[in-house]
Amino acid sequence: MEENDVLVTVEGLSKKFCKDLKTSLWYGIKDLISNIQGNKNERLLRPKEFWAVKDISFELRRGECLGLIGHNGAGKSTLLKILNGLLMPDAGKVTIKGRVGALIELGAGFNPILSGRENIYNNGAVLGFTKQEINSKLEDIIDFAEIREFIDMPVQNYSSGMKVRLGFAVAAQMEPDVLIIDEVLAVGDLGFIMKCFKTIDNLLDNTAIIYVSHNMPTVSRLCDKIILMEKGQSLFQGNQVGKAIDMYYGSFVENESNIVFTNGSIELLTIDLLSSLKMNDNIHEIKWKDDLLLYFKFKLNLYIDIPIFRVLLYDKEQRPLAIFEPNYDENLLKNNNGFLEFTIKHEGIQLSKGIYSINVTAFKRNSNEPILRINNVLSFQIIHDEDHFQPFLLSSTFSTK
Amino acid sequence: MALETRIYQKENQLRIGKLLKDSLQDIYTSRFLSRQLAVRDISAQYRQSYLGILWAFIMPLTTAVMWIFLNSSGTIRLSATGVPYPVYAFSGTLIWSIITESINAPLSNTNAAKGLLTKLNFPKEALIISGIYKLLFNSAIKVLLLVVFVFVFGIGFHWSLLLFPFVLLGALVIGTALGLFITPLGMLYKDVGKLIRFGLTFLMYVTPVVYAIPKTGLMKTVMTYNPMTPIILTTRDFVTGQNPEHLSYFLIVVGCSIPLFVIGLVFYRLSIPIIVERSSA
Repeated sequence: MEENDVLVTVEGLSKKFCKDLKTSLWYGIKDLISNIQGNKNERLLRPKEFWAVKDISFELRRGECLGLIGHNGAGKSTLLKILNGLLMPDAGKVTIKGRVGALIELGAGFNPILSGRENIYNNGAVLGFTKQEINSKLEDIIDFAEIREFIDMPVQNYSSGMKVRLGFAVAAQMEPDVLIIDEVLAVGDLGFIMKCFKTIDNLLDNTAIIYVSHNMPTVSRLCDKIILMEKGQSLFQGNQVGKAIDMYYGSFVENESNIVFTNGSIELLTIDLLSSLKMNDNIHEIKWKDDLLLYFKFKLNLYIDIPIFRVLLYDKEQRPLAIFEPNYDENLLKNNNGFLEFTIKHEGIQLSKGIYSINVTAFKRNSNEPILRINNVLSFQIIHDEDHFQPFLLSSTFSTK
Repeated sequence: MALETRIYQKENQLRIGKLLKDSLQDIYTSRFLSRQLAVRDISAQYRQSYLGILWAFIMPLTTAVMWIFLNSSGTIRLSATGVPYPVYAFSGTLIWSIITESINAPLSNTNAAKGLLTKLNFPKEALIISGIYKLLFNSAIKVLLLVVFVFVFGIGFHWSLLLFPFVLLGALVIGTALGLFITPLGMLYKDVGKLIRFGLTFLMYVTPVVYAIPKTGLMKTVMTYNPMTPIILTTRDFVTGQNPEHLSYFLIVVGCSIPLFVIGLVFYRLSIPIIVERSSA
């Protein structure tokens, strides 16, 4: 067997869907009839139809992992269903070599009344195992799922996490040539998710994987090819996974800051990133290792002590990354006739390339009671040549010892 | 080992031979799946019920009892049936229930597996085969009861009783073949399933289920040509050891049903992607 043989070839794949149920069913009847006659005509959109997948082409070799990303309804799952042979394309062609495994619905074929052990056989049969295969793998499956204690309990009493565990444990026994994964690992606790990724990592070398997820860190960790889909079409396609992820995030950037909480005693008038070189689409740009110099102007509506400001850095997925040292010393800032004007400086910022946003919270000095919280007061972009999915790129010096 | 290659594209290779070959191959490779699905459904069905197996013949039994009562009380006057009326009525309703169940089986099984169909690619023929297993299981119980009836009413053993299972198998094939054609339409429109159920109730009265074919009149013509008639009559004749008058018509119907079953399988195979597309669950 060749090491790098192409396992999946997709050429000009299109699929249309109907927006209206009644019409859709009627088209279904028509398709049933035209199907019998071997429909060879080019298929055009009929009224109320749209292209759910339009003109997608790619090739995938053994050992490669293709990430499919895009908004909800971009056509990712439809594409997967065509690849899995569930839907027939309306145009184009898919050629798949080898055994296809799909982690789309874990625990398919489970019957809630039956025990976990019985359902291993049901699920295994649906996935194409023989009875002997399941018999020989039964113990591995139970151990992998870590539910030996409950294996003879009806599956209806399992928690959703336990069902997913059992489903994945069965599916993990497949030795596919092509593996299709659709956002199934979201349930389950951290330990189990890590176990799943370990399994996928083990498969990675000998398998062509197609991975659909909204979780960009895992996409950039697993995938070496990517397609960004929008409205059924491929918006970006290639090996630059980082670039596609940036484009994906870019489509979500909200410039609207929103006041989550205020008691009215303090108001943000101005915020600026003084150290920024230029603006691009309302986003400040600074270079990696530049200084970050933030300027704030607040209005104090009541006579209050200088609040404590906690300024937080978030990444594109709204995960908190860092906090700037708050102004615990009350003499640092001065109330100037009801206005509060100050800057915060951080030298040589070492965040990796990407877009970040800032949240501001203010607290009463004596009671630590929040008086203001604003999300996304400012977004900025760090410019660097390299893509990293880790949030920080720390400057470092290598030297021989 | 050469890797199996699958090609998905718009054009169907509409070669009946190839489709049929694939279909039969899938039936063979999915034999464990079919069995497992049948075992799953049967054990789940009875695990959540105390009366369990009783439900399989409560319906035909009550229908039969009702007719036996109507007949014995003189409310209606039925023509002579040749065998004790309770046996006649009960064998009729029981065989009829097996036929209707087999007509409905492909649709109801496919409907129940909708969640699987829209998510996973597995040999769909397994649903049909597991449906036949389930029918065989349910029918076997009914047949046992029927045989008990035959002995209780003193009809006793006949050699033709041994042929009875084969005749019944023919009835299952006919029912399933019809069901296969209904399934794709029934998956799209709920009306189809309801219409079939409604139609079958009507059809029962033009089939000699609880009364014999009248000697004259319109009803005689309808009932004689009704293709359900030879199925019911021949099966019953074999059970009660009577001379099967409609045997040749029965053989024709079974003979037709085999190619019908084959075409039904191909039609089913072709239709599944369309059903999946239109009914994503």
